[in-house]
Amino acid sequence: MSKGGFPEAARVALGDAQLRRNLGRATSTIRAKRARVVAEVADWEELRDAGAAIKERAMATLPEQLERLEAAVTAAGGVVHWARDATEANAIVAGIAHAAGAREVIKVKSLATDEIGLNGALADAGISAIETDLAELIVQLAGDRPSHILVPAIHYNRDEIRAIFEGSITGGAALDPEPRALAEAARRHLREKFMTVPMAVSGANFGVAETGTVCVVESEGNGRFCLTLPEVLVTVMGIEKVLPEWRDLEVMLQLLPRSSTGERMNPYTSLWTGVHAGDGPREFHLVLLDNGRTDVLADAVGRQALHCIRCSACLNVCPVYERTGGHAYDSVYPGPIGAILTPQLEGLGEAPTLPFASSLCGACYEVCPVKIDIPSVLVHLRGRVVREERSRLAPEALAMRTLAGVCGSRRRYETAQKLARLGRGPLAKLPGSPLKGWTAARDLPEVPAQSFRDWWSAR
Amino acid sequence: MSGEGREAVLAAIRDALGSRVGVAPVPRGYRTGAGVGGAGGDLVARFCARVAEYRATVHLTASDELEAAIASVLRGAGARRVAVPFGLPWRPPGVELLEDAPSLPARTLDGVDAVLTGCALAIAETGTFVLDGTGESGRRMLTLVPDHHVCVVRADQIVLGLPEAITALDPSRPLTFVSGPSATSDIELERVEGVHGPRVLDVIVVAAPPSATNKVPV
Repeated sequence: MSKGGFPEAARVALGDAQLRRNLGRATSTIRAKRARVVAEVADWEELRDAGAAIKERAMATLPEQLERLEAAVTAAGGVVHWARDATEANAIVAGIAHAAGAREVIKVKSLATDEIGLNGALADAGISAIETDLAELIVQLAGDRPSHILVPAIHYNRDEIRAIFEGSITGGAALDPEPRALAEAARRHLREKFMTVPMAVSGANFGVAETGTVCVVESEGNGRFCLTLPEVLVTVMGIEKVLPEWRDLEVMLQLLPRSSTGERMNPYTSLWTGVHAGDGPREFHLVLLDNGRTDVLADAVGRQALHCIRCSACLNVCPVYERTGGHAYDSVYPGPIGAILTPQLEGLGEAPTLPFASSLCGACYEVCPVKIDIPSVLVHLRGRVVREERSRLAPEALAMRTLAGVCGSRRRYETAQKLARLGRGPLAKLPGSPLKGWTAARDLPEVPAQSFRDWWSAR
Repeated sequence: MSGEGREAVLAAIRDALGSRVGVAPVPRGYRTGAGVGGAGGDLVARFCARVAEYRATVHLTASDELEAAIASVLRGAGARRVAVPFGLPWRPPGVELLEDAPSLPARTLDGVDAVLTGCALAIAETGTFVLDGTGESGRRMLTLVPDHHVCVVRADQIVLGLPEAITALDPSRPLTFVSGPSATSDIELERVEGVHGPRVLDVIVVAAPPSATNKVPV
């Protein structure tokens, strides 16, 4: 995380009026869509309860579930790899690409591979990774970073996207800024790649321990191409994505699309189990990724962040995200879920400001399809930051100690009140002090001309 | 492959979880297939309405008029060369059918006018049909590369919701859930039909009793 953390990055983002217009429009659109399709499901709360319990069970029995998944995938002709961290995962994927003789790989949108910086690692190994999701392609062509879990290019409007495409895939040819024309340009650009590139890399929405089935949920068909046409398929899956039972999909596939894109069902959901003779890739590799997840698991309160199914509903309802956008969080995982996941995955010292990037309004919990109590985890992590990273927050700790001292004695308190009325002392505003950031966001009441104590003793 | 990584990850998980606590059973109070039945006509109507909302075109036909209905849909789209899974039972008149045996290469599929398939089952609540890689569904590539997909759904293949579908499907098959044509909402969250998968989707629903061919107004 950058030195100034979220507050500084947010201040920069808030100065970008175009960004706020783009985000405000997009998030209000998707909030309305989601609310409409959720309202028509009579048993939505029962599905949420089941979803939460399924994830809790998966986490509590994780070693057993991963071993079952490994056995089932292997039995179906797949190869399972285990990676402790990003470096190991990237090396495994690069090794498979070299063995397959692939100089290029096509990619399905995947947060896990963004998290481990796979594209950069493959580039270092002489392999170019081509993003095939429209939004990921836009972000890749712009040399930018994703700013939303579901719609990584949400911070761009159509005119900005047209300019990006005209400067890259159309070779300068003019484009219509209509979304239809822009999508057509991406289709033409990628079709030849789908036909020729020998290897694909995907993430996974779910991996079913019982059957060894891996699931990818998408809209455009780029996922189906990557999962079907290349000879070799590699799926990088965070260990928390495992579901114990096949029937758990009947819950998750109802919760995810409605929470995510606000549709009853997304256009394409692909499920495959190992290798299918005569249909699809001849080689399938599943890379199970830790990369900090076991650290999250060790925190009994914070571990529920691992229940996330990456729907992004919490981003779309968050008043903070709506104003700052995703980049201010400086993580693959922005928004409320990012504020609890990133500091735990990377370590509190790496992102100590993120648990404070929230007004604790609770909207994120209300919409979470697996009932992650994000506000409670935020408060818990704030406590951990203060305890474990105390030295970084010395001014606030010092102020609190001073206040405790002032309020702890009648004499000191009354003296402080008098000083405050004179415009100085610890109860007055503190311009220029290290606490100005704290007081800038909070209104201090006007100090009255006479205190109750003075009034009482004078009557 | 790397046994070292495997043991390290599993040990780290066990370490993080600490002493094992009891795991609560999953409450499955949501609607499941149990007790549902007898809603045949409603299912067809709901399925048709929900598919149409994805901006796919829905056609209702009787079983004895299916081949004519298929031919009419294909002719209406100007489709002459049409890929089909091996052994598909329908022979629409006036259409050149390319059977997927031996397997049609992707380049050939890129050049056909349309693909015609059946499906494994369909889901009324979500307007979804599911392909399972065999029989009338065909290989996955077959329904992906052509720009126009015509899918035939029989009324008795339509189930109410996801729970019924997940129960009925075979996980050992490659499964594709299709809900409307290929789409993206990546630009300003505005839904655009048609990116990489088939941009045009026609769903022909075969209602059980023979009757006059209707096109459902969308």
